Amino acid sequence: MDPASRTPLEMYRRMVRIRLFEAAATRLGARGEITGALHTATGQEGEIVGACMALHADDYMVGNHRSHGHPIGKGAGLNKLMAELLGRSTGVNRGKGGSMHLADFSVGSLGETSIVGSGFPTAVGAGLGAKLQKSGRVTLCFFGDGASSEGTFHESLNLAALWKLPVIFLCENNGYAITTSARKGVSVPDIAVRAAGYGIPGHIVDGQDVLAVFEVTRTAVLRARAGDGPSLIEAKTYRFNEHASALPKLNYRPADEIERWRARDPIALLSKHLAATGLAATAVLEAIDAEVQSEVDAAVSFAQSSPSPDPAEAYDHVFVDPIVPLRS
Amino acid sequence: MAKTNYLSALRDAMAETMREDPRVFLMGEDVELNVYGSSQGLHAEFGADRVMDVPLSEAAVIGAAAGAAMVGMRPVVDITISPFLYPAADQIISIIAKAHYMYGGQTRVPLVIRSCMFYNVNNAAQHSDRPYSLFMSIPGLKIVVPSDPYDAKGLLKAAIRDDDPVLFFEDVNLWGSNSEIPEADYEIAMGKAAIKRTGTDVTVFAIAGTVPMALKAAAEMEKEGVSVEVIDPRTVKPLDVATVLASVARTGRFVAVDPAHRTGSVASEIAATVGEHLYDKLKAPILRVTAPDVHIPFAGSMEKGLFPSVQSISAAVRKTMSYRDSAI
Repeated sequence: MDPASRTPLEMYRRMVRIRLFEAAATRLGARGEITGALHTATGQEGEIVGACMALHADDYMVGNHRSHGHPIGKGAGLNKLMAELLGRSTGVNRGKGGSMHLADFSVGSLGETSIVGSGFPTAVGAGLGAKLQKSGRVTLCFFGDGASSEGTFHESLNLAALWKLPVIFLCENNGYAITTSARKGVSVPDIAVRAAGYGIPGHIVDGQDVLAVFEVTRTAVLRARAGDGPSLIEAKTYRFNEHASALPKLNYRPADEIERWRARDPIALLSKHLAATGLAATAVLEAIDAEVQSEVDAAVSFAQSSPSPDPAEAYDHVFVDPIVPLRS
Repeated sequence: MAKTNYLSALRDAMAETMREDPRVFLMGEDVELNVYGSSQGLHAEFGADRVMDVPLSEAAVIGAAAGAAMVGMRPVVDITISPFLYPAADQIISIIAKAHYMYGGQTRVPLVIRSCMFYNVNNAAQHSDRPYSLFMSIPGLKIVVPSDPYDAKGLLKAAIRDDDPVLFFEDVNLWGSNSEIPEADYEIAMGKAAIKRTGTDVTVFAIAGTVPMALKAAAEMEKEGVSVEVIDPRTVKPLDVATVLASVARTGRFVAVDPAHRTGSVASEIAATVGEHLYDKLKAPILRVTAPDVHIPFAGSMEKGLFPSVQSISAAVRKTMSYRDSAI
């Protein structure tokens, strides 16, 4: 990634890309054009983009079921992602993954995974591979507060610390595992303190502040690339929507809490900062908004005009070499 | 040709593939000091980066092997005792088996997970599993269960060179067996059964440690004037159905032997397949010789009778022969 693309304006563009992509997906879901669950990251774009932009283009990233933002943050194009959501043959996973399992290996996105906590070991392994290959690549592993209660979190931090692997574990603490608050599910108020148990640095950062997330992740990336091992970063954030599109609105989050967090929209905060510091006029940001909207509209058209996979494709990619035919 | 035992054959397969391919490395429980006997000298020859002990952290270790495979390595994981696979079941089932498929062919997971089956040696219920049939119902996994040192070496080489994930089960009841093994490199293709003995009256299908038993039973039956063909599938996934069907089409009688529990066993699977295809060619009911659906008790007096034996295989062969010349 060249230095110019790391500018706050590029961060703004990527955050808006996630926001508008998911808004379009939500509309398509409501119309039945996208089937299955959609887990939007609306409200969490700051931590996603801030962390991703601290990486090089050829670094690796592993995500989770809330999966649209991560590959977009890592630089994936929108057409194939939207086509995947619509289950089309042009989808990035050829229609085999859908919303919860996006992956774009061309930008180092090693796959989103919908079993909570299952991505940690993949990230550790990508780090191990990079270390053995001396490739200098680092791996960013996104996970939620809920995943920090899974055994794989603890096993993976131990292994990565033990072997000094270049992995950044980034906790997107949005406060809730579906409806179960972190207060009920996590034994400590700050997940970052768990880093001490593995002898690695733990950082807490305001997840709504993309620049702060970028800075703290950059520190962790430098440490990882220097061969000094992993870091744990906890970004305090909030999801503005329900856990998933199909779920009813239940009363588990106080209205004033939702209001307080909505007032700290990461895109609005960055806009304000850019205007206040004179880095970008409102007109410049509006132009970006319009460009991204066109990009999203084009992605929707691309997806809608793409064919559904042939039913026979269900038999492809079970194995690289099935040896014996899978259709009898 | 030199006589080589089972563990040395596996060791030689590891060493030879590691010499030819720098991407291959061994990570496992207690492999550096060769506790189980199949890693003699590997740590000294290949060093700590390619032969590494791992902590007792099966999910992270097996999952990390998958991550390393996704970024271009070819890990071999030695998890020692087969039930230790269960803590990593999510990684094996949800990541390793599915990544190539779910991500639309964007990635491959070329890794081998080795484990030993310590049954019929007084290890009780938690240490006596033969779990290949459990994993057989998961698409995307290749499963190897060799029955002698020659096959074990050739199949391990094929497994390591394969682009798909392979579960490799080593039957400890075969550790004392020997084979003539050539100096030259050879490989045994997965998905190809071996006719270990030709015969004309009954086809006996046997797996792993039950293959030598089936061969002894065949020799015994020959004295009674019954000609037994013994087929060893060698890989239970993919299963070489064609070789079995061709044999049973000739003999008209089929006995499936499997040391796993009866329900959902490989024996059950092949029995159903033979029934589906050869209903009109069968001269006797298909018989299964398996462990019953009970846990494996500690005391030898209870354990021993639970597994297939030369006697129980011979008895099944005699029973199918009792239908001599009469249509069922």
